[in-house]
Amino acid sequence: MKNQCDKCGKPATVYLTEIVGGQKIEKHLCEHCAAAEGITIKSNVPISQLLEDFILQSAGGEDEASEPTCEVCGMTFSQFRQGGRLGCPNDYDAFAKPLAPLLERAHEGATHHMGKVPHRADSGQKKQAAILRLRAQLKAAIADEDYERAAVLRDQIKEFESS
Amino acid sequence: MRLADLTQHAGEWLRGEGPMYDVVISSRVRLARNLAGMPFLGKCTETQQQEIEQRLRTEVLAGPAAPEMFYVDVRAAGELDRRLLVERHLISRQHAEASHPRGVAVSGDETVALMINEEDHLRMQVLRTGFQLAQAFEDISRIDDALEQRLDFAFHSRYGYLTACPTNVGTGLRVSVMLHLPALKMTGQIEKLFHAASDMHLEVRGLYGEGTEATGDFFQISNQTTLGKSEQQIVSEFVDTMVPSFVQYERRAREALLAERPAAIDDKVARSVALLRSARLMSSDETMYLLSLVRLGANLRRVEGMDLKTINELFLLTQPAHLQRILNREMTPDQRAAARADYLRRRLNLN
Repeated sequence: MKNQCDKCGKPATVYLTEIVGGQKIEKHLCEHCAAAEGITIKSNVPISQLLEDFILQSAGGEDEASEPTCEVCGMTFSQFRQGGRLGCPNDYDAFAKPLAPLLERAHEGATHHMGKVPHRADSGQKKQAAILRLRAQLKAAIADEDYERAAVLRDQIKEFESS
Repeated sequence: MRLADLTQHAGEWLRGEGPMYDVVISSRVRLARNLAGMPFLGKCTETQQQEIEQRLRTEVLAGPAAPEMFYVDVRAAGELDRRLLVERHLISRQHAEASHPRGVAVSGDETVALMINEEDHLRMQVLRTGFQLAQAFEDISRIDDALEQRLDFAFHSRYGYLTACPTNVGTGLRVSVMLHLPALKMTGQIEKLFHAASDMHLEVRGLYGEGTEATGDFFQISNQTTLGKSEQQIVSEFVDTMVPSFVQYERRAREALLAERPAAIDDKVARSVALLRSARLMSSDETMYLLSLVRLGANLRRVEGMDLKTINELFLLTQPAHLQRILNREMTPDQRAAARADYLRRRLNLN
C-alpha cells in the first residue's frame, strides 16, 4: 500500500478507486488535495464547529431588507448567526427556511421530532405563541412607561398561563 | 444540607462502584427545557430572568424529591463556592461564570442537579456512578414528568422541545459517559476510538465538558443528535452498543499490556505511587495524571493498599476549590501546589 499523496507527497489519508472506461485507476491523496479534487471527506467536526462553519458560509452579501426577522422577539437571522443562540421559541417558525439545512446537518439529516410529547401538548403552540406576543407587548409597554397597559397585559398573561 | 457540608466527601458519582466500573466512571443524562411563552434567556430582560428563576425554583423545590433538595443561588454565591460546584459537576463553567439571575437545585446525594437559567431556562441532570445510564434516564424522566404536571415547556409539533441552540432541539437529551481509557492512550489507539466515535456522531470531550482538554486519560463521550430519534433509542444505542464496545477495547488493551509488558505497567504505577507519596509540590494536572495511573494499577490489581474509593475521592478533593475549602484558606497556585502535595502525602501514607 502506497502511503504518500500522488499530488504533493504528504501522507495520504484518502484512497480512491475509480473505474474510468473499464480502466481501474487508484488514487492516493492527502486530505487537502482530495478536497481540491472535489472529493468530500467525512471528517471529525464537533457540533460547535459545524455551527460556526454554517454561520461563516452563509454570512455576508445578503439583502438586509429581506432578512428573516422574528416579529415576536425581534431577532434577525444574522443576529442568530453571530451569536449561535435563538431569541425565542417563535424563531423556529420565523427562521424555518434558513434553519432547516442547519438542523439537518446537525442531526444526521433528521427533520422531525420522534420523541416524547408533553402531556399538555394539546394546550398548544397557538397558546404559547399568544403568550410570547403578549410578553413582547408587555416589554414594550414597560419601556414606554405605559404602566396601565402593562398591568392589563400582565393580567392577560396570567390568565392565559393558568388556563 | 448546605454547600459547606459537601466538601469532605465525594458525590455519589465518584463512589467507585457500579457496572463496568473499571472503565466507566460515571453516567450522565441531561434534559434541556424552556418555559413556554417566554423568550430564551438571551432575549429576556433581567426582570424576566428573575421571574423564571423564582418560578422554576418554586416548582423544582415543590416536587416529591423536595425534602432532600437544597438550592444554591448561584448569582449570590461566592467565587470559591461556584468553582466548587463546577468541580463536583453540579453546574457548568458557563453557569458559574455568568452574571444574570440563576441557581441550581441539588439532591442530597448529588445525583440530581437542576440548573436554572443556564443556556436554557432549565437544564436537568442525573449523574450516577459506573455504567447506570438506563437508571439515570428513568430518574430524569420521572423528574421531567412531575414538572410537566405543573409547567408548560416550549414544544413544537415538528421540532419537539425547543432550545436556545438548535443543536439541542427535539428531545433536548444529552447522554454521556465518563470513561477512563489509560491503556488505549498508552498504546496509541485512542485516535482510532475518536474516529469511531465521530463516525457514530458522538462527541468526545474532557473531564469538565465543552472546550476542556481530556486530562489524566478521562474522556466524556456524548451523543450529538437530539432530533429524529426517540429518547429510548438514544439511550439504548449507548447502553446496548457503544459503551460496551468502548469498554471492551479498553479492557483488551489493558490485558494486552499486562501480557506483553507487565514490567512497564508496574513501573509506571509504582513511580506514580512514589511521587504521590513523597512529592513536595504537585499541580492539579500532574495529580490527575498520576492518580489515573494508580487507578489503572488498582483495577489491574498491581498495587497494594490503594482502594478505588480513596483514589476517586482524591481526584475531586485535590482540585483547586476543594483544596481551598478543606484547608479553609485561599491560596495562590504556588501555595496550592505545596498544600496539595502535603494533603496527598497525608492521605496516602495512612494506609
